[in-house]
Amino acid sequence: MQGQATQDFYQQESANRRQSILLVILLTAVLAAFGFVIGYAISGTWQGGIVALLIAVLISMLLSSLSYFSGDSLVLSVSHAREVDSTSAPQLMNVVQELSIAANLPMPRVYVIDDPAPNAFATGRDPRHASICVTAGLLQKMDREELQGVIGHEMSHVRNLDTRFLLLVATLVGSIALLADFFLRFTFWGGMSGRRGRDNDSGGGGGALVLIMFVVGLILAIVAPIIGALVQMAVSRQREYLADASSVELTRNPYGLERALANIASDREPLAVANRATQHLYIVNPLKKFGSKSAGLMETHPPIVDRINRLRALTGEAPLDPQAAAGLAGLD
Amino acid sequence: MSPTVLIVLIVIVVIVIGGILIYNGLVQRRLRIREAYAQIEVQLKRRWDLIPNLVNAVKGYMGFEQSVLTSVTQARANAVAAGGQGPAQQASAENALTGTLRSLFAVVENYPDLKSNQNVLNLQEQLTTTENQIGFARQHYNATVLDYNTGIATFPSVLIAGPLGFHAEQFFDAEPEAQQVPTVDLSNLSGPTAPPSIPPTVPPSVPPATPPAAG
Repeated sequence: MQGQATQDFYQQESANRRQSILLVILLTAVLAAFGFVIGYAISGTWQGGIVALLIAVLISMLLSSLSYFSGDSLVLSVSHAREVDSTSAPQLMNVVQELSIAANLPMPRVYVIDDPAPNAFATGRDPRHASICVTAGLLQKMDREELQGVIGHEMSHVRNLDTRFLLLVATLVGSIALLADFFLRFTFWGGMSGRRGRDNDSGGGGGALVLIMFVVGLILAIVAPIIGALVQMAVSRQREYLADASSVELTRNPYGLERALANIASDREPLAVANRATQHLYIVNPLKKFGSKSAGLMETHPPIVDRINRLRALTGEAPLDPQAAAGLAGLD
Repeated sequence: MSPTVLIVLIVIVVIVIGGILIYNGLVQRRLRIREAYAQIEVQLKRRWDLIPNLVNAVKGYMGFEQSVLTSVTQARANAVAAGGQGPAQQASAENALTGTLRSLFAVVENYPDLKSNQNVLNLQEQLTTTENQIGFARQHYNATVLDYNTGIATFPSVLIAGPLGFHAEQFFDAEPEAQQVPTVDLSNLSGPTAPPSIPPTVPPSVPPATPPAAG
């Protein structure tokens, strides 16, 4: 158990470094292409295209830097998380401290979301700039052992840089959606003022720009959900299995995490602050879709029954019996 | 310069560089052990400091259980004394202290006033987390020792480790008797501070550090 999980761990860590860089390069390439097309269309010259391309590359680098350095603050504020300390949440801070020692990592910042649905996520570009967030529901409904298992899972995500890659995914997907929004709004402005009967001469040139912006916005609006879906496929569910195994490696106790997963999954309340951009960050899918088969390719999380069975296999126990499995099946 | 001489020179250079890399690697691993040990000591010291507060908090209520309190205080004194004597001695004294604390908390369960006393609850949580942190610090320490001991035992490091003064380090072990789960009946407990059920088996591939104690 220990050897294989450790090997996978280091492999995943290198993969995360690689994939983070590749993601940024991909985004830059896509935006550069868009920029060139827009520039060429507006100016009608190659040079114009190149200038627009350079601007687009600049924008992309700005977006990537913002995502990398401030993405965690963004995710935390979008999730309405508030920071806690050892006065406001002593047991939680203690548990996080314990796992930091076990993982030999600096203590991350700890946040709480005031929502009764139990869940947790971690974010941050590396262990020195990490944050772990749990919901108030998790604190209420889990005992100390289960909380340890969940925090161990999150610390593992921090340790092997899953949080870096998943953070870039969350913010870049989000920013494409924002860009689409921006371009579409631009069209409506431009379109509206055009309709107020402006002079035909200025209207002519302005009209072409507006049309282009509209088309770009439309493309982005179509492309964003596709990219979102592609990203969901790329966000390998292996990460969750590995984080589960790493958690057990840290705590030397699979029972806490096992019970925690079962309890979180069977709690039917959806998490209010979660959305498509942040859903893959959580330990259990917060957008509950009851009855759907979570073994599908498009799912961000593996099925709970599989995760629990793998944990049981670690200590040589039998998998869940069919009755218990049926109770949890379809919940992710 | 003839080819033979050149080749011999290259081989010598490779060996020397290899030797330097191995040496540096072993030194780093050994330093990690020291660092991990220091972490354990920090946690142990924290526990030593918490215990007098706990004893004072419960003393007034537990007039009839003096023997338990005395054994905790005595075990603490022994642990402090064993402080400078190396991992094996220290582990043994600290394990004894853990045992007395478990007995103390088991007894506290019989006093409803104490059980709901906020002061005692806070101290209990502090001690629980300190126990866990000791356990995890020890786990990490044993991992660094394992890494180092493996490093000096494998080829080719094994060739130069001994002559250069690298010797195997001791694990911070639990004594065989301390691995026995104490038979304390806590079945009527509930709530977030209930102790976990201690797993029946310890995976054999794991260095024999005890799992986190009660709580």
